Amino acid sequence: MSERKGYILFIDVEPNTGLKKALTKKRTEVIADIRNSGLKGRGGAGFPTGVKWNLAASASSDTKYVVCNADEGEPGTFKDRVILSEYTDDLLEGITIAGYAIGAETGIIYLRGEYEYLKKQIVDTIDKRRSEGWLGKNVGGKEVFNFDIEIRMGSGAYVCGEETALIESLEGQRGEPRNRPPFPVNTGFMGCPTIVNNVETLVTASRIIAKGVDWFTKYGIDKSTGTKVYSISGDCEKPGVYEFNIGITIAELLKEVGGGNAKAVVMGGASGRVVPAKDFAKTVAYVDAPTGGSVIVLGQERDMLDVAENFLEFFVEESCGQCTPCREGNPLLLDGVKRLKNGTCSMEYLQELMSLAETMQLASKCGLGQSSPNAFLSIIEHFETEIFGRVPVM
Amino acid sequence: MEDKKINSDTSRAPKSVKPHTIKIEDTDGIGGKVKVTIDGVDVRVPFGTTILDAAKMINVHIPTLCHHEDLCVAGVCRVCVVDVEGQRTLQASCAYPITQPIVVHTTSPKVRRARRNIIDLLLSKHYGECYSCVRNNNCELQTLAKEYGVDKYRFGHITERRHEVDNSSYALRRDMDKCVLCRRCVRTCIDLQEVGVLGAIGRGDETVIGTFMDKPLADVICINCGQCINRCPTGALQANDPSDEIWNAIDDPKKHVVIQTAPSPRAGIGEEFGLEPGVPLTFEMNTALRRCGFDKVFDTNFTADLTIIEEGTELILRLYNALVKKDPQIALPQFTSCSPGWVKYIEHFYPEYLAHVSSSKSPQQMFGAVIKTYYAQINNIDPADIVTVALMPCSAKKFECNRPEMSDSGYKDVDYGLTTRELAQMIREAGIDLPRIPKSDFDDPFGSATGSGVIFGATGGVMEAALRTVFELVTGQIADPDALAGQVSEIRGFDGIKYKELTLPEKLGPVPDILRMNKDVPFDSWDWLSGATLKLAVAHGTANAKKVLDDIIAGGKFSECHFIEFMACPGGCLGGGGQPIPTTPEIRKARAKAIYSEDQAYEIRKSHDNPAVVELYVKFLTEGPNGHLAHKLLHTHYTPRGKYIA
Repeated sequence: MSERKGYILFIDVEPNTGLKKALTKKRTEVIADIRNSGLKGRGGAGFPTGVKWNLAASASSDTKYVVCNADEGEPGTFKDRVILSEYTDDLLEGITIAGYAIGAETGIIYLRGEYEYLKKQIVDTIDKRRSEGWLGKNVGGKEVFNFDIEIRMGSGAYVCGEETALIESLEGQRGEPRNRPPFPVNTGFMGCPTIVNNVETLVTASRIIAKGVDWFTKYGIDKSTGTKVYSISGDCEKPGVYEFNIGITIAELLKEVGGGNAKAVVMGGASGRVVPAKDFAKTVAYVDAPTGGSVIVLGQERDMLDVAENFLEFFVEESCGQCTPCREGNPLLLDGVKRLKNGTCSMEYLQELMSLAETMQLASKCGLGQSSPNAFLSIIEHFETEIFGRVPVM
Repeated sequence: MEDKKINSDTSRAPKSVKPHTIKIEDTDGIGGKVKVTIDGVDVRVPFGTTILDAAKMINVHIPTLCHHEDLCVAGVCRVCVVDVEGQRTLQASCAYPITQPIVVHTTSPKVRRARRNIIDLLLSKHYGECYSCVRNNNCELQTLAKEYGVDKYRFGHITERRHEVDNSSYALRRDMDKCVLCRRCVRTCIDLQEVGVLGAIGRGDETVIGTFMDKPLADVICINCGQCINRCPTGALQANDPSDEIWNAIDDPKKHVVIQTAPSPRAGIGEEFGLEPGVPLTFEMNTALRRCGFDKVFDTNFTADLTIIEEGTELILRLYNALVKKDPQIALPQFTSCSPGWVKYIEHFYPEYLAHVSSSKSPQQMFGAVIKTYYAQINNIDPADIVTVALMPCSAKKFECNRPEMSDSGYKDVDYGLTTRELAQMIREAGIDLPRIPKSDFDDPFGSATGSGVIFGATGGVMEAALRTVFELVTGQIADPDALAGQVSEIRGFDGIKYKELTLPEKLGPVPDILRMNKDVPFDSWDWLSGATLKLAVAHGTANAKKVLDDIIAGGKFSECHFIEFMACPGGCLGGGGQPIPTTPEIRKARAKAIYSEDQAYEIRKSHDNPAVVELYVKFLTEGPNGHLAHKLLHTHYTPRGKYIA
C-alpha cells in the first residue's frame, strides 16, 4: 500500500483491472480509448500516446515491440524510480496492454544502469505474472495473445533515454540517436515497428483502461488531460515525488513543497528551461512550462551562472559525440559561462555564443543537442543584470 | 548506381549504419511522385528521394561533408541542414526522405548561420595548417571554409596535438587530429567492405575514431585496402608515402632505380592534373618518370601476362588432378591472388580457405623477383644496387611488398609501393606538366605488354584475360578478344558479383608448346576437357567476396565454380586505395572505359602472345610454367591470421 497522495497514478487499483478490460475489447478500441483520453507522453516530449500506438498498430509487420523507457536520466528526475519500485505490477500490466493494442509479443524494459538494484524486484514480478497467466501464452486466457516481458540494462549513458539511441543500445550498438524519419513506430528495434513509452505513460494507460476515459479526462485541463508526477528537488522544504493535477501553476506547486521564496525553478531538468519568479503564474503543462517531471527549485542565493555551468558540464559529459553542433558546441558554451563568471566574456563573443546556441537548438541531430542550450539561453534572457554585470564593457 | 548493390542484406554492419527502409507506396497515382518546392522551384521526385538528391535535380547546391555517394546515410556533420516548412528544427537534407509534399528553403538566414557555425566548430578542432597537409587543394573541409567565406576562427583553433599519429601500418597513416568525425571511414570499413576495423571510441568532444582497444592499425585486422583514404574528406587518413626514399634512391648514382607501372594509375592520374576522369596518360607518364630520374620504366602488364600463364597453368593442373585424377586434396574453385587487400582479407576472415588461393604471386611481386634475378643477370647489375619501385593504384601493395616471404630473389623483391597520388605529387614536384608532355614508350625487355594485362585494372579483367588465353590454348583456335568479350559480357561491368558458365567445344587443339616445357604436366591431350563447362565468377569489394565465400561454405552455386576472381576494392584496381580522390561510381566507370579502350588499342591482346613472356620462359624459366624456378620466384604461400587480435 502506498502512502502517496494522488488521483490517477498514486491510487490503488485492483491488479489487472485494466488488462482484463482491455482483453474484452478489440485492439482498435483500446487504442481509441487512449487516443480519446488525450494522454500525452509523460517522458517530456508530450507526443500523443494514442497516435503513437495507432501508428505502430497500423504498420505492417509480423513482429512488433513495446519498449518501456525506464532509463530515467534527466537531472532532477526520480519519479520513475518510485513508480518502478512501488507500482511494478501496474507497470507490467500497462506494458501488456500496450502489447495487446499494437499487436506485439514482446515487451522490453530498458532499465537505467543505476537502477540495477530494482532489477530483481521487477524480474520477480514478471515471474509471478507469468505463473498467474498474465504473461506468456494466451495472456489472461485470451486466445492468440502471447506476450512476455524482458529486462535490458542500460549502462549509464544519458543519451540512451532518447528513443532511437535506446533502440541502438538494445541492439547492442553504441548508444547513438538515429536519423528520424523513419520513426520507431515504423522502423524500430531490429527494424520492426516499436513503441517506446515512458514508465509513467504506461501505468497511466493501464489506469485509463481500468477506470475509463471519462474518469481520466475529469483531471487536467483542456489540452493536457490527467495528472502528472513530478520529482521536486532543490531549495524547498519538502522535496519528493508528487502527483498533481495538470493545470497547477508553478506558484501553487511551490506552495505545496514549501519553496515559496524561490528565485527561479528549472522545469525539465538540464535540458529544460529556467523560469524566473515573475513567471510563476505559468501553468505546469505541455504548452506553458513543460517538464518530463523534473522540477528543481532555486533559492534566492543561487548564482545562475553556477546553474548554467553545472548543466553544461553535464552535457559536455553526456553528448554522444555523433553530430557536430552538440559535440563541439557544448564545450564552447561551458567555456563561455566560465568566461562570464570571471568577467572575460566580451559582448561580441557572447553574441557569437548565442548564435551558436541557436544553431545547436536547430541543427543538432537529437533532442539532447537541441535542448542542451536551453538553460544557458533562458538564464541569459531572464537574468540579464546578474550576468551582464560581470561582462567587461568593451 | 550499380555499385550500391555492394550493401547487402546479409551485411554484418549494425542496423544503424544501414539505410533504413521506408516502404515505397504509390501515394500519388502513376509513378508515385511527390512534389517538393525547393527555394521556390517545384520539382516532382520519386517517393522517398532525399532533399539533397531532389536539390541536385534542379541544380541547387547543398554543401555536405559526411555524405558520400558510395555510403549509406549518416546525418552526423549537419552541414547540409535545410529549413523544411512546418518543422521546428532544421533537417539534414542527406537524411530526409521526401514522403509528402514539402516546402524547403536551402539558404534562409538561419540555415546560413547554422552552416557557418558548424563549419567554424569543425575548424576549431581541426589541427594543423593547410599548407603542410597532403590534402591541400583537395580537401572538403577547406572547400567548405572557402564556400562559406571563413576569414577567422570564430571559435578558436586548436594548437596542441591531442592524438599521436598512427604510423604503424605499412599502408596507411592515421592522423586523428585532422579528423572531423564524419565517420565515412567507419561506414566504408564496416558497410562497404565489411571488415569493421574502425569505430567511434569515447563520447562527446572526446570522441575519436579508433580501432579495437585503440590498438595500432598494424595490429588489428585491417586489410590495407585504403578505401577509407579515398573517402576521407580531410587529411586524417593517407597512404604511407615513400616518395622521399625514392627520391633519395634516384639521387644516389650507385642505385639503379626501375619502376613498374600498373594499368590503373594511367587511367586515373589525369584527374590529379585537372583532366576529366577517364583520360589515360600512359605514354606521357613514361616520359615523366624518365624526367623524374627513373633509370628504367617497365610495364607491370608484362607480369600480368606472366601471371595469366602461371595462374592459368595452376588452374589447369588443379582441374586435371581434381577431375581426372580425383585427388581429394585439390582445392577448387581456385581463387585469384593478385589483390593484396583480398589476400589479407581471406587470411583474416576465411583462413580455412587459403588452399583455394592461387599460389601465383601478384604481378607486382613477380616483377620484383624477375628484376632482381633475370634482369640483373642479363644486364650484369648487382641486384643489391637495384631499387624496384611499383606504381600501383593500391595502398595494400605497400604491405604486400613488405611481407617477409616476398624476397625470393634473395633481396626484397619490391622495395617501394608508390600510389597514383604519390607519383602525381612527385611529378608536380619535378615541375612536369604531365598532360602536355611528349609521349614515350616503355623500356625493353619488359616493355612489351598486351591488352590482357591492361584489363587487370577493372573488375572482371583478370578473368577475361585468363579466358582469352585458356580459350585459345585449349581450343587451338585463334580467339578474337572482342568476340570473346561479347560472349562473356557478364563478367564486365560493376555488378557486385558476376557469374558465367562457358562450355568448351568438343574438338580441342593440341597441348601448346609453352605448357609442354613443363615436363611434369601429366597429360598430352585436352581430351579430358572436351565439352566441359567452366563455371566462373567475379566479385569485387570484400563485402561481395564475403557473400561468395559464405555461399561456398553453404554449398551454394559458387562452391561448384572452377575459378573465381576476387578484388578487394569496389570496381577492382581502378577504384584502389591509392587512386586519385574523390571516388564515385561515375568516376570509376570513366576509368574503366579508359582501360577497355587502351586494351582495344593494343596490337597484341593475349598474354601468351607476349613475346617477352615467351622469351622469359625460353631463356630463364626453362622448366616452363609452374616449373621449379617459376615456383621459387613466382609463387608464394599465405598466412592463416584469423580474426583474433592479440
